[in-house]
This record gives sequence, structure tokens and C-alpha cells, in this order.
Amino acid sequence: MTTTIAAPLAAARNVSKTFGTQKALDGVSLDIQPGEAVGLLGPNGAGKSTLIGLLTGLRRSDGGTVELFGHNPLTPAARRALGVTPQATAVPHTLKVREAVELVAAHFTNAVPVAELLDQFGLTDMASKQCGGLSGGQQRRLLVAIALVGRPSLVILDEPTTGLDVEAREILWEQLRQYRANGGTMLITSHYLAEIEALASRVVVIDQGHVVADGTVDEIRGHISVRRISLRTPTALDTLAALPGVVDAANDGGTTRLVSRDADELVRRIVGDGIDFSDLQVHAASLEEAFMAITGTGSAPSSPKSKDS
Amino acid sequence: MKSAAHTRAVEPAGPTGPAGQASSAGSAGQAQAAPSAPARQPATTGPTQFTLVKAHTKAHILEQLRIPVAVISNTIFPSLAFLFFVIPQEAVASNPTAALTALSQLAMFGVMSAFLFSYGVGVAEDRANPWTTYMRTLPVGPVPGTVARAAAAMMFAFFALVPLFLLGGFLTSALEAFTVDGLSWWRIPASLAVFLLCGLPFLALGLTIGYLCTSKVAVAVTQVVFFPMAFAGGMMLPPMIFPAWLNTFSLMLPSRAARDLSVEVLTGTGLHGSTIVAIIAWTAVLGTLAVWANRRDQGRRFR
Repeated sequence: MTTTIAAPLAAARNVSKTFGTQKALDGVSLDIQPGEAVGLLGPNGAGKSTLIGLLTGLRRSDGGTVELFGHNPLTPAARRALGVTPQATAVPHTLKVREAVELVAAHFTNAVPVAELLDQFGLTDMASKQCGGLSGGQQRRLLVAIALVGRPSLVILDEPTTGLDVEAREILWEQLRQYRANGGTMLITSHYLAEIEALASRVVVIDQGHVVADGTVDEIRGHISVRRISLRTPTALDTLAALPGVVDAANDGGTTRLVSRDADELVRRIVGDGIDFSDLQVHAASLEEAFMAITGTGSAPSSPKSKDS
Repeated sequence: MKSAAHTRAVEPAGPTGPAGQASSAGSAGQAQAAPSAPARQPATTGPTQFTLVKAHTKAHILEQLRIPVAVISNTIFPSLAFLFFVIPQEAVASNPTAALTALSQLAMFGVMSAFLFSYGVGVAEDRANPWTTYMRTLPVGPVPGTVARAAAAMMFAFFALVPLFLLGGFLTSALEAFTVDGLSWWRIPASLAVFLLCGLPFLALGLTIGYLCTSKVAVAVTQVVFFPMAFAGGMMLPPMIFPAWLNTFSLMLPSRAARDLSVEVLTGTGLHGSTIVAIIAWTAVLGTLAVWANRRDQGRRFR
């Protein structure tokens, strides 16, 4: 991730997009350099899917420029080195697994041989099953396999593991890490912040159509200096939550966890107010906690059920 | 097709051969280079339009074949109608011209049904399926998919014609029109082309329905449009027995124009003056509607 003179694989410059009266994107700029793994975070309705729609050639921007490999993503040729995961339920129900992969592979001149790809993703046994008959986890594996069949230089993964169990998710993560290790570039959105932490080198947070943060995972955490403080105390949670700088407060089996913008000040107040406590610890915040502090939503990115437009 | 996709993938894409490099086992130090490793150099050319049309056509045909009820009903309904309603009528079956007329009426009925349903219901279903949205992110323009859908619809329409023509040939005196009455043989292949051409307004009508309706509504609307149109267009009963008012109304319909044209090309019994005007006008009107409906839909979903 050192700075190179190479042109970005994908770029949005001052892009805006309005639906009716609602501004989905408002002056968004984003460059994706070769070899990067960018995690795109934001609450529902923040504009993530709109941005992805622009980068993948599904939508036209109202203002600003969008480039994919230096060309307009709306022209088919610009998408030759792009891989995209279809949305969650997007499988061709009546096509068999092998046929679906073959259909996508036919769009690329140097596609991965279908049998090898199915083998790599553990789909060989169900190659002759209709896609609609696959389990949720198998469908997810198929969708990621489909994104990689054309040997893309850039893959865009929109919530690739939503609804998967831990084990299935770990298997997909491994495939994506391998893809990166082999020089691939990716843009990934997820509701699982752990996924972004596991796969991305850089995090871009968008909220209400603006990029509100852009940096490495560590920078995002450090930049807003959010800390997690845990302690044991008989004092009511409400009292602690009302202390200055506290963004979140929770009780967890006798341990109270507080998330604060200014841990030093908070500890001073706890001591100064004469609050009784023991086992006090201060940790760096998780990306999830940082995310809450940045967007000020006071909650984790909302449930994977509803999709933003 | 399967082999085409396969061999393509194995061939090195260019002098640098990224495909070969990545798939040859244990080439570099990387112990676990996955088959799907990214290409060293992105491809500068895409597959030919022909390859793309072939792949899309195959997918369309497979998808329709997997719902055999639709295919079977589409394919055998005209033949069944011929068996039950035409063959038992001695007067029709034994009269070469009457038999040929009945044959071309039902053939047009089959083509109209294949186009209306495959486009009306098919397009509406595709719009509801996020897979179609995904397909738009592939390096392909709108042409191969459009051509593929037409090719698949024509193929299924053709499948409906074959058993119908066989029944007509073996069970009625239709062939005598050629062997005895001296009708030219070119009329048979020409009629196939005319059936498909006369299907164009229904293809456009199907597209319009498909772009304007959800898939459930599209099924209902297509049926509501289809049966009255087939009846009033003289595809089920010959228009000669229509009362005058119905005949006048019938002459204004695209189904009647299509029916009259296909009967004319197969039997050479003459054409009403308005037929050509009607079919061209309907094709233009419905074609324009289809384009408008497509733009409206694209504007809503992919603006």
C-alpha cells in the first residue's frame, strides 16, 4: 500500500447522485489503487449501494466523473477486468450451477476453467444442481466464485457473507485473502465490521452521501481517539452514560463497558465524582465502536435485512 | 457451448499468457496460487458478439426448458386444437384450401402465443430478478441479450409449428393443394418466415407488458390480451363466419392482419386491402410503445 504512480483502478471524483429530492451521494471522491482492499462502511441509506452502482456501470452520475480502469464504467469494455458479486438472492434459479458459471465465464477471454473454479470453491458436488436449490451458504460461495471467474483485477463485493455461519464465512475469507495475496484489488461492503477488519487494508466511511472518514483500519480507530473503558461498579448505568464524552454504555455480566471520545477525561471524572469501581481497564476501540462515534448513529450499522437504495 | 467456454479459458489470452501462468500448478513460489488468481494483464479484447449471443441464447433456452409446463403447453396447444377442432370437421379436413387455412391460422396462433408469453412474462420476471441486474455489470452491451431472447422465442415458436405441419400433412388433404391443385412449394418455407415476421407486433406487445407490469400482473394481462385477440383475429374460428360488425372490428386487429397474411402466403387466396397497412401500423405503434416502456423502466431502475 505504498504510494505508487500507477493510475487508480477505480475512481470517483466529486460525484453526486440525486433520487427525486433525496441526495444519495453529494460530492463523493474515492480512488482505489492497485493492490488495495478497501472496506466501504456506512449505515443503510448512506449511499454505499449507489456508489457501487456507479462504479459497476449500473447507474449514471448526476455530477462529477466516475472511472473504471480509466474509462467510463457505462461502456461494456471498461468492465472487462471487473468482477462483481451478485446481490444476496440473485441466482438464476433454474440454471444449474455449472451453467450459471459458464454463462458468466463466456464474457471473458481468459476465464478460469469452470471445473477448477467449482473445485476451488467446493462446489463440484453440486455442479449439476439448479442454483435455486442451493442452501444460502452454497449460494454465497457461488456468487463469490462468479465474481472471480473472469480473473478480475478489481472485485467489488457487496456484503459477500451476510447470513453465513462463522465457519462458512471463514472459508470465503480465505478465498478472498488468496485473491489479494495474488495481487487482486477489492472493494468490499459489509455489515460485519469484523469482516472489514479481517479483509480490508483501508476503510472508507460514508454517511448521508458524504465520505466522512478515509484511512487505514488503525487510522480510523486512532483518528477519532475512541476508547473502551471497562470497570466493575455498583453505580447505575444511566449515571455513567450521562458522563461527558460517553458515546455508548452497556452492562455485561457485572462488567460495565463505556465507549468514550476522551478516555483520560472520563477516568478523571469517575475518580473525581467518587464513583466506586474496581478492575478498570482502557482498550483501543473496535472498528465498530469507532464507526458509531464517526456517524453519530449511536448504533451499529443496522441489520443486514434492509438494503439501502 | 460448454466446450467453447472451456477451451477459451485454457488458451493463453495473449503473448504474456496470464491464463496459462495462473493455472499451471506450482509455477511460482506461491504454494497455493488459486485458479482464480487475477490476470497479470487485463484483457484488451472481449469475446466476439457471436460467442456472447450463443451463451445468452443457451441460457434463455435452458431456463425455459426447466419450466416444461410452459414449453409443452406452448408447443402442443396449436396441434391439440388442430386435432380436436379441425380434423373432426370432414368438410375442412377434406378440402385442401380449408385445411391449409386452418393450419396457418393455428400456426400464427402458436407464434403469437410464444412471443407474447415469452416476452410479456419473461421480461417481467427478469426485471424482478436481481440476477438480471448483476448481468448488466458484465462486459456486455444490451444487444446479445436482446438477440438471444428473440432467438429462443423463435425457436420455441418453431417447435410449435413442426408437429402442426406434420399433422396437417398426414391427417388432412392439405398437401393436395400442392400436389394436385398446383400451389407452389416455396409457399411452405415462405410461410415459416412470414409467421415469424407477423409475430413482431406481438413481440413488441409482450415487451411492453413485460416492462410495465410485475411478473404476476404480466401473466394475467398477457392472458387477458391473448385469448380475445386470438379469437377476434380469426385464429380459432375462421373470420368468414363472423357477423359483419365483428369482421369490421377484426380487420383492425394485429392478430387478424397476421392471420390473413399467413393464410395468404400459404394458400394464395388473396388479401384484404387493409391487411398490409394494419400490420405495418401495429408493428410501428407497438414497437414505439415497447421502446417507450423500456426507457421508462430503465429510467426507474438504472437512472
